Amino acid sequence: MEFFHAPNFDWMGKAKYFITLSLVLLAVGFASELKQGLTYGIDFRGGTEITIRFAKAPPINELRGALGQAGMASSTITAISDPADPRSKNDIMIAIGEKKNAEAGNLDTDRQTVITALYRVLGETPSDKPDFNTVTSTDLAAYLTQKDPLILGASAGNRYNQLASALISARDSDHGGIVTDFSELDNVPGVTPAVISALSSQYSLTGFVIRDAQTVGPTVGSQLRTQAIDATLYALAGMLVYVAIRFSGGGLLRLNVAGKHPFFLWKWIDYGIFGLAAVIAVFHDVLITLGFFSLTHYEISLTVIAALLTLVGYSMNDTIVIFDRVRENLRLMRRESFPEIVNKSINQTLSRTILTSGLTFLTVAVLYFLGGPVLRAFSFAMVVGVVVGTYSSFGIAAPIVVAWNKFRGGGGEVAAAPIRAGSAAEKQRVPAVARR
Amino acid sequence: MAAGVSNQLKYKFGFIVIVILCCLMGIMCISASGFNFPTSPTQLKNNVADRIHLGLDLAGGSYLVVQVQLDDAIRQNTDQAVDLIKDQARSQNISIGEVSEQPDNTQIAVHNVDPNAAGKFHDIITNQLPDWTVSPLAGEPNGYLLTYPPTAIAALRSKTMEDALETITRRIDALGLTEPTVQFTGRAPDEIIVELPGEGDPARAKSVISEGGQLELTLLSDPQPYASEAEALAAHNGVLPAGTEILPGLPNAGGQSTSTSTAYFVVDRAAIVTGKDLEDASPAPSTTYPGQYDVNFVLSNAGAGRFGPFTEENVGKYLAIVLDGKVQEYAVIKSRIDNNGMIEGNFSQQDAQDLSLVLKSGALPAPIKYIAEDTIGASLGADSIRDGVRASIGSIIVVMIFLVIYYRLSGVNAVVALILNLVILVAAMAYFGAVLTLPGIAGVILTIGMGVDSNVLVFERIREELRGGKAPAAAVDVGFEKAFLTIIDTHVTTVVSAVFLFLFGTGPVKGFAITLTIGLIANLFTSIYVSRAIFDLHLSHMKRDEPLSV
Repeated sequence: MEFFHAPNFDWMGKAKYFITLSLVLLAVGFASELKQGLTYGIDFRGGTEITIRFAKAPPINELRGALGQAGMASSTITAISDPADPRSKNDIMIAIGEKKNAEAGNLDTDRQTVITALYRVLGETPSDKPDFNTVTSTDLAAYLTQKDPLILGASAGNRYNQLASALISARDSDHGGIVTDFSELDNVPGVTPAVISALSSQYSLTGFVIRDAQTVGPTVGSQLRTQAIDATLYALAGMLVYVAIRFSGGGLLRLNVAGKHPFFLWKWIDYGIFGLAAVIAVFHDVLITLGFFSLTHYEISLTVIAALLTLVGYSMNDTIVIFDRVRENLRLMRRESFPEIVNKSINQTLSRTILTSGLTFLTVAVLYFLGGPVLRAFSFAMVVGVVVGTYSSFGIAAPIVVAWNKFRGGGGEVAAAPIRAGSAAEKQRVPAVARR
Repeated sequence: MAAGVSNQLKYKFGFIVIVILCCLMGIMCISASGFNFPTSPTQLKNNVADRIHLGLDLAGGSYLVVQVQLDDAIRQNTDQAVDLIKDQARSQNISIGEVSEQPDNTQIAVHNVDPNAAGKFHDIITNQLPDWTVSPLAGEPNGYLLTYPPTAIAALRSKTMEDALETITRRIDALGLTEPTVQFTGRAPDEIIVELPGEGDPARAKSVISEGGQLELTLLSDPQPYASEAEALAAHNGVLPAGTEILPGLPNAGGQSTSTSTAYFVVDRAAIVTGKDLEDASPAPSTTYPGQYDVNFVLSNAGAGRFGPFTEENVGKYLAIVLDGKVQEYAVIKSRIDNNGMIEGNFSQQDAQDLSLVLKSGALPAPIKYIAEDTIGASLGADSIRDGVRASIGSIIVVMIFLVIYYRLSGVNAVVALILNLVILVAAMAYFGAVLTLPGIAGVILTIGMGVDSNVLVFERIREELRGGKAPAAAVDVGFEKAFLTIIDTHVTTVVSAVFLFLFGTGPVKGFAITLTIGLIANLFTSIYVSRAIFDLHLSHMKRDEPLSV
């Protein structure tokens, strides 16, 4: 089975359409960033976020009022249900603004304030019995061993540890972390009515559970911001050097510049044009991806930066594959013009490009749909990045090299005498490349 | 066409089988106590769980970022030097004027040193403050400027961090939590990360870590509390006796008063015994106040050697127990005390336990602040595991189906290489004891997507060569040869990205960088060596003129 059979598109001829498309995407992204900015995650913003899951739909307005009374008037409450997970339909997130001083917000007091407000709003009174929804496996095992509802006596051994484990697992995995009635645990293996009554006599059940509580001080946030930018710039610089070395030499450009004295900067660019074109393409990919983030309000967190750095590597890959083929064809095809050679190289590698991008796209698409809310922004970045990264190899990087070649007056046909493959003259002509 | 399987091919497959066995062994047979062949399913599960730890975002737990206030440590160091100069000058009868600390906390100006005692003064500095450099004070013939040089400052900062790490580690260990981690972040020089897997409420751990823990036993100069610093000063006509200082104290430190406001005490500055002389501390039920607990402490021999004579000399005077610069308790010395004592203070059992723990672990070398914190509930962790596993299986299935449909029998080759790739990845993580995080699982999925690229590169090249008319064996040869450098190139660029991510990222992101890097390196092995071996095996069994299924 084969998708493309000897494709023969004129890529370089269509270059101006690609550049236009890129400019439009960049402009849209830029406009969105000016208008609504980028949404930063708590890693970079700082502040406090508390995620809460409710057994029943939460009274958000009353909660807002209660928090205001408790001194947290500046906090925001958002519903964060994930469409892929029906158990999350009652989840909310409370975001408390960042503190002015260097210290992180006191998570303990904030958490306590929120819990007190929640109890009041839900009309429950905090009982002195510990909450089953927050108990740990070890504590539960300790209680069960002491109470011994299965009357095992000295031969209890590991049984209560395993039972506690199974109960906690059922609570967290099967019931989404909230149990509203102890009878929901009837189906757990090893549970008898005696166990249920032991649980209900010792533990209470609140209608909410805190899934995640996080606070980040402003110094950490700004530190991370600087480091994220540094890491991206260093990675780009590293790639520039690597690709420039791998694809070096003005000889590759087949310039007809005998007797001319070019501006020194042009000579440097001749040397590293392949690397430069690749890096410009990658930069373009990152900017477009950020533009999409601005449009969709996905939060930029540390893991999203990880995705951006990965797609920097990925987009490079793609461009390198085409450039590799261009270099090989420059040696073999002596009569074609530079743009024609580039076209042919892209056509020859088209199958491989579409396939790998397609496969990577498939895997990150699976991750986007099945990977859960924590990774969603990450997988969104990868999905956009894979598409744009593939496109930028033939849409941006290759046209840049071709345009530079034209600007430097090269790309014409080969000199009069055909050079025999393997001869000394050929070795002289093209910089030493690993013999394939 | 070679008939049968050549020796070289046999060695190749032998090597591959050995690699597989090593991997499986690494995953299944190594437990916390060493090599341990599993004899039951539970033991197998335990072995795997021992080697592959789940990160906090999958297991649930607490994560604290502690910032050590290094500037305070520098200032404390300078304060101590000032105290030492004054004390030594007094005891050696060297007349000196004002000793003042400069605003940047690393310089001390000593004014009006008696010119005749200049030599002795210099000796004091050389012997007792060797890290400080002495230079004349500008504009004063008898003044000196002591400077703590940058090299010493840097050394002090790093020593403070080491001590802080050790102390915090000891305290966390003493709390008896499951598998805590305490380490430097590597990102900022003054930060320490504490990870407490499974800990849903880190309040106790936080208070234990942040307590200073500096214990001092010293004499009360005045056997009575004052209501304010001004009052204490007034009782001495505005000038404190030499060698004393005013410290705040707990209101009922003497056990008699029931007032709740802070009291002030005049105490001797030089402590006879400090926390360093403590050998042990433990909680014990109080005999005087039933229901409360005290902290009993035992001094080391060196400490007892000083404390015994001291208490004997000072019977009738008041001993003050100072904790973190506050007078915790004071009582009259009834008789000589050699090596043990008791701290009373309305402690509950847990308070007494925590204080004992803090005292035993030693004082923090500098105060700390919490600059970031995250508590992940177990149910969120369970959801993340479920999502991660689902996405992994989904992507493996999708890729496998595609490969087999598009490349037919060679697709099966690629699938085998992919599975082996994942096995090696998991085994490498088990060998290194790496931590698996949710982004780490994403890294595995990316390895699947990107790793297949290598196979695709080779197969497309083989197809091209076959189209050009080459025989299957030659096509496979050329395919691998031509694709080799491109495969290396593409893996290098992604691994370079991953290295930068590892250097700068925090825990979960580091996990991603690790799985991606290991996965891609393993992929080099499976897509080049293993795939080639499978092709060679297939070729050696192919009949003449049979087309290659790719």
